[in-house]
Amino acid sequence: MIKDTVAKKLLKQNHLLDLDGFSQSDIQAIFDNTDSMMEVLDRGIRKVPALRGKTVITLFSEASTRTRVSFEQAGKILSADVINVSSDGSSSKKGESLYNTALTLQAMKADAIVVRHQHSGAGYFLAQQMRSTSIINAGDGMHAHPTQSLLDLYTIKKHLGDIESKRVVIVGDLLYSRVARSNLWGLTTMGADIVLCGPNTLLPQDFLDSRLDDVRHPFKNITIENDINKALNGANVVMALRLQSERQKAGHLPSLREYSRRFGINSERLKLAHPKAIVMHPGPMNEGVEIEPDVAHGQQSVIESQVTTGVAIRMAILYDLITGNRPEKEL
Amino acid sequence: MSVKKIQTDVQIKRALTRISHEILERNSGAENVILVGMHSRGVPLAFRIRTLIEIHEGRSVDVGSLDIGLYRDDISEKPQPTMKPTDISVDINGKIVVIVDDVLYTGRSIRAAMDAINDLGRPSQIQLAVLIDRGHRELPIRADFVGKNVPTSKEEDVEVRIIEVDGVDEVIITSEIGLAEGI
Repeated sequence: MIKDTVAKKLLKQNHLLDLDGFSQSDIQAIFDNTDSMMEVLDRGIRKVPALRGKTVITLFSEASTRTRVSFEQAGKILSADVINVSSDGSSSKKGESLYNTALTLQAMKADAIVVRHQHSGAGYFLAQQMRSTSIINAGDGMHAHPTQSLLDLYTIKKHLGDIESKRVVIVGDLLYSRVARSNLWGLTTMGADIVLCGPNTLLPQDFLDSRLDDVRHPFKNITIENDINKALNGANVVMALRLQSERQKAGHLPSLREYSRRFGINSERLKLAHPKAIVMHPGPMNEGVEIEPDVAHGQQSVIESQVTTGVAIRMAILYDLITGNRPEKEL
Repeated sequence: MSVKKIQTDVQIKRALTRISHEILERNSGAENVILVGMHSRGVPLAFRIRTLIEIHEGRSVDVGSLDIGLYRDDISEKPQPTMKPTDISVDINGKIVVIVDDVLYTGRSIRAAMDAINDLGRPSQIQLAVLIDRGHRELPIRADFVGKNVPTSKEEDVEVRIIEVDGVDEVIITSEIGLAEGI
C-alpha cells in the first residue's frame, strides 16, 4: 500500500494535485458529493448558494476548452465568483513568475486557484507556498490531471455499475499523457484490470522494463499489449488518448496514417470488445487518427457524458476544498 | 455520561400515527401533499408517514428526499458531511410540501431546507413535521406537527435512532454533565 504521498498530504491541506495515495473511500466520498451535484445540473434553474462570496481563479498557461469552461461553469453554479486568467493576457507576458502570480492572486483573497501549466509539478510547487488558497491541478505537463481521472472513474462506474475487475484498455500516447497517468492511480485503486496499448515509442520505458522486473513501478494490474486487436478482446472500457501531431515530428511515429491504421479505434475493431463496452476519450479528439467519427459519436460512446460529468466532479471538488471539507487547513 | 430513553418504539409509532392524522386533517386529505424527508433520518420517517397515510386514506402520497448540504449557513465554519442525493422527482409547484425531520433544534436546517425547496419550485405551502422539538430556536421557525416536545439544555444531545438507519427505534437524551430537571 502506498500511503501519505505528497498529493495525499496536500489534500489534507485542501489542495488537489493528483490521485496517488487516495483510497477507495476517498474517491467514493467525492463520488457521493458528485451524485448531489448531478442532481443540481439536472434542474431547470442551475444555481445553488453553497460558495456564495467565494472566489475561484482559473490560471491557465495552456490552451483548454473543456477543463477551463467546466471549472468556470462548476464555480458559477455553486455561486462562486469565477475569474479567468490566461497567460496571454496576464503579467506572465511581462515575465512575472508563476510563483509571484499565485501570491498576487492569494493576496486578492482567491479561495481556490485552478492551475494548468506546461511544467510537471507546477501545482505542487504552488501548493507548498500557499497559506490560505487551495490549489487545484488542472493538468501539469505530462504528470497529472486528477479531475479528468475522477470524471473518467465516475463515468465508468455510472455506465458499468462498478469499476472493480473491469478490463480497461487505454490506447495511444501513454508516454506524454497526464490523463493516463492520473487514471493509472485511480483505476488501480478502484481495482480495474488495465491494459495499455500503443507503439513502444509511446510507452513509458519503466513500464516496458517492468515486464522483466515488476518492482520498477507500483502498479500490479497492468498489462502492456502492442497489438490493438488482442488488447481490445473482451474490453469493458476502451479509452482512446489524443495523439498530438508533434509526436510525429519528434520521431515517435512514422506517420499519423500508419498510427491510425495500427491503433485507431474503428467500428470493426470495437466488435472485439465486450458488446456493452463503453468508448471514452478525454478530448479534444483527432477524429480519423486515434478514433473514427462513427465510433466517437456512436451508440457505445460516452464521450459527451464525460463532459457533463466533468462539471459535476469539479463542483464536488470546489465544494470539498473551499468549504474545508478536510481535516487541518494549516501548513 | 448520563443517558436517558425518552421515547420507545411504541411511543414513536403512536407519535407518527398522530402526525399522519394531523397532516390529513389540516390539509383536508392527502391530495396535494408531498412529503419531503431530510437526510438522514427524516427520509425513512417520511416513508413511514406515507405508509400510515395510505392505511387511513387508501391513497398514495409522493415522497422525496432532501439534502441541505449546498444551502447551509455554516459551510465555511466547519467540515461538512458527505452529501446524499436530493431526489424530488415530482413537480412541487402549487403543492403542499411537508418537510419531515427527526429533531427540531435551532431551526437553521429548516431555513436551509426551505431555501432548497424554493429552488425546486413554488409550493402553495410549506409545513414542517418533526418527531422531537427540543427548543432553543435561533430563527423564527416553528413546527406544524410535533411528535413530542422535550425541554432540554444546550449541553444535552437528543438522538433519534430508527430501525432503517440505526437498527433500533428509540429516542435518547445524553449529557456529559448530568440531565436537566424534569426529564
